[in-house]
Amino acid sequence: MEREKMSLLTPSAALRRRYRRDRLFLLAGRLAAVASFSTIGLIFLAILYTSLPAFTQSCIKLPIHFEETAFSNENLDLANYDMLVAQALARVIPGVTDPGEKEELLEMMSPGAAWRLQRMVNSNPKRIGTVQQLWLPASADIDMLRKGKFDRTTPERRRRLSRRQLKWYDQLNAEGRIKRYFNWVFFTAPNSTEAELAGIYGAVKGSLLTMFITLVLSFPLGAGTAIYLQEFAPRNRWTTTINVTISNLAAVPPILYGLLGLAVFINFFHLPRATPLVAGMVLSLMTFPSIIMASRNALAAVPRSVCDAALALGASRMQSITHHILPAAMPGILTGTLLGLAQAFGECAPLLMLGMVAFVGNIPAGITDPATVLPMQIYLWADNSGQGFPEKTAAAIVIMMLFLVIVNTIVLWLRRKFENSHPHTS
Amino acid sequence: MKKFILFLVLLISATPCFAQNQRRNISIVGSSTVYPFAALVGEYFTRTTGNLSPHIESTGSGSGFKRFCAGSGLQYPDITNASRLMTSEERATCLANGVTQIIRIKIGRDGIVLATSRAMPKLNLTLQDVYLALAMQVPDPENHQRLIANPYSRWQQINSALPNVAIHVYGPPPSSGTRDAFDSLVMEMGATTFPLLRKMKKENPAAFKQAANRMREDGRWIDAGENDYLIVQKLKTNPDACGIFGFSFLKQNEKSLQAASLNGYLPHSANIAAGKYPASRSLFLYAKKQNSSMVSGLPAYLQEFVSQRASGERGYLARRGMIPIPAGEQRRNREIVKSMQNK
Repeated sequence: MEREKMSLLTPSAALRRRYRRDRLFLLAGRLAAVASFSTIGLIFLAILYTSLPAFTQSCIKLPIHFEETAFSNENLDLANYDMLVAQALARVIPGVTDPGEKEELLEMMSPGAAWRLQRMVNSNPKRIGTVQQLWLPASADIDMLRKGKFDRTTPERRRRLSRRQLKWYDQLNAEGRIKRYFNWVFFTAPNSTEAELAGIYGAVKGSLLTMFITLVLSFPLGAGTAIYLQEFAPRNRWTTTINVTISNLAAVPPILYGLLGLAVFINFFHLPRATPLVAGMVLSLMTFPSIIMASRNALAAVPRSVCDAALALGASRMQSITHHILPAAMPGILTGTLLGLAQAFGECAPLLMLGMVAFVGNIPAGITDPATVLPMQIYLWADNSGQGFPEKTAAAIVIMMLFLVIVNTIVLWLRRKFENSHPHTS
Repeated sequence: MKKFILFLVLLISATPCFAQNQRRNISIVGSSTVYPFAALVGEYFTRTTGNLSPHIESTGSGSGFKRFCAGSGLQYPDITNASRLMTSEERATCLANGVTQIIRIKIGRDGIVLATSRAMPKLNLTLQDVYLALAMQVPDPENHQRLIANPYSRWQQINSALPNVAIHVYGPPPSSGTRDAFDSLVMEMGATTFPLLRKMKKENPAAFKQAANRMREDGRWIDAGENDYLIVQKLKTNPDACGIFGFSFLKQNEKSLQAASLNGYLPHSANIAAGKYPASRSLFLYAKKQNSSMVSGLPAYLQEFVSQRASGERGYLARRGMIPIPAGEQRRNREIVKSMQNK
């Protein structure tokens, strides 16, 4: 058998083959990374692009006469605000007499226009008797038209705006009476059946209240259990059983926690349905096993020598834990807690059972008011066939992602901060 | 830790306090067809009276009645929406659980439409066609005296005037009021066009119900859940499919969907209001009179629902696709609500 000639200057065939395999492996790794990042990027960009129209709202400028005759009733809520809007429209577009046509004209405005006037009069009754030029919200169909999402070529019978409405729109537009504004309503209003009035704030507040309850219940419970099991508990059959149970609990599908919450908290304890209180209690049940596991890992990672040194210098067991082990383990515990909360924040399944898939038209004031949460709001809007709701859904998803990015940033920041002040673990 | 245990004990012992005797928001459950209307009324009610918004869940008529009839306390819903009447069994459950004073309000009419994408040729169906397309067992085309497993896979096989398109129908599940109405208004009516099934209905009503209402299970009928919007989406992406849902969903999506005519009538407002369109039915609302003193705003909500500006001929509900009931019935509704307030 003839041996291959070896040279250090020209690589042998075997070596070249090895190099090639190396390069292929590297390439495959890079391709995988690019594929996963571009998929995520594509999804995110698609959602962001869809959501963009939701952040602006078309408004129509109308001269509103707050005539005193319209407010003859003591109760300002009973005044006919729709009529004020209709009169203003008639001033801008004169010559509409047929009742059906008048109605078509009024349909170009959102019902929110009248509600806005009502709020203005309630907050300042001195407005009665004045004339004001106001930018009032247009209906969802006009809004879509303004945003270029309306096909004028579809036959009239099938499209949602009539020939007359298009004519009036062009007339108003030529007069500069239609403009797109930043949609503040979206960030300050509760849910609504009209896309142009629907806001995310009700759901955001519901989510924050729910997360507050979850944090208050699951953090002390989880961290306390972890410290006991890790530092104090004897190793025997009982604690082993508890350990196994906790690991199993962390693997239970979330919907079962919802059923448990329905049976125990609502049907047995009669806690009010669909409130952040109940939702937070159920989610904390779901979150605390994962907090226990993360906290135990963090505690176990602290070197025994730290604890031993403290004990040798005369610290009590409690002091060695609270002064030395806990601060060193804190970044791990907090990370575990925040990641658990982030998961609970995006959780939908258990809340389905608690009556949170519901229309709630105001902002919850406290933990015992019916509320809905962000993922539920996304689900409800995705389910709504009305004009403008697909954009709202995408916008709600963007808001939810923003919250998760904020939580993850806080996690990173906390880790940095604690790692710098307690260098034991690094 | 001790403090925490104390806190937990306090929390658990405090829970009965939540069982209050007043509630600030109305709790509504029931039909997914009525849900958008109920939410719209809820919104007007909240904005104009300043009350808290009602909490409205879309559960389907059947589940709605189940929850509504479970008891009369504040943890049970005050109103259930329904796209069918309450059955006598459900009424018995209600009575057994102490829900004795129920008021029923007919709020409007609705048509069940069989819609397709505009990309598909328009279907002109008879009730018999629909029955033959969807039932599990149908009369043998050779011998009308016996039932066989449904042999049809394309519309044209049923009736040569129909387009040559595969049968794929998305519809609501049995817990839905729309399904109940579809069964009794379309399937059973279609079935009784055959003498065999007519005889069966007289002699053995239970077997007839089984034969007429059992949908085929070979994948041509698809239970799409209590989610009418999902069906609408499916039709947009799958031009071969038909979907069954309420008229208001058709009205919201007329740009991309078209309705099939049934027995020659299209689901238009006038045809549904007059009952000429065969699959038209009434929508109802059931409220607990007993709760009107405990739940703030309950009478006011009902008043808004029956008001002229909501359910009137040109009210905001009509604009959303609900078909108004005649003015006389509307007046009667207003009187029912008024009598509730006076008590």
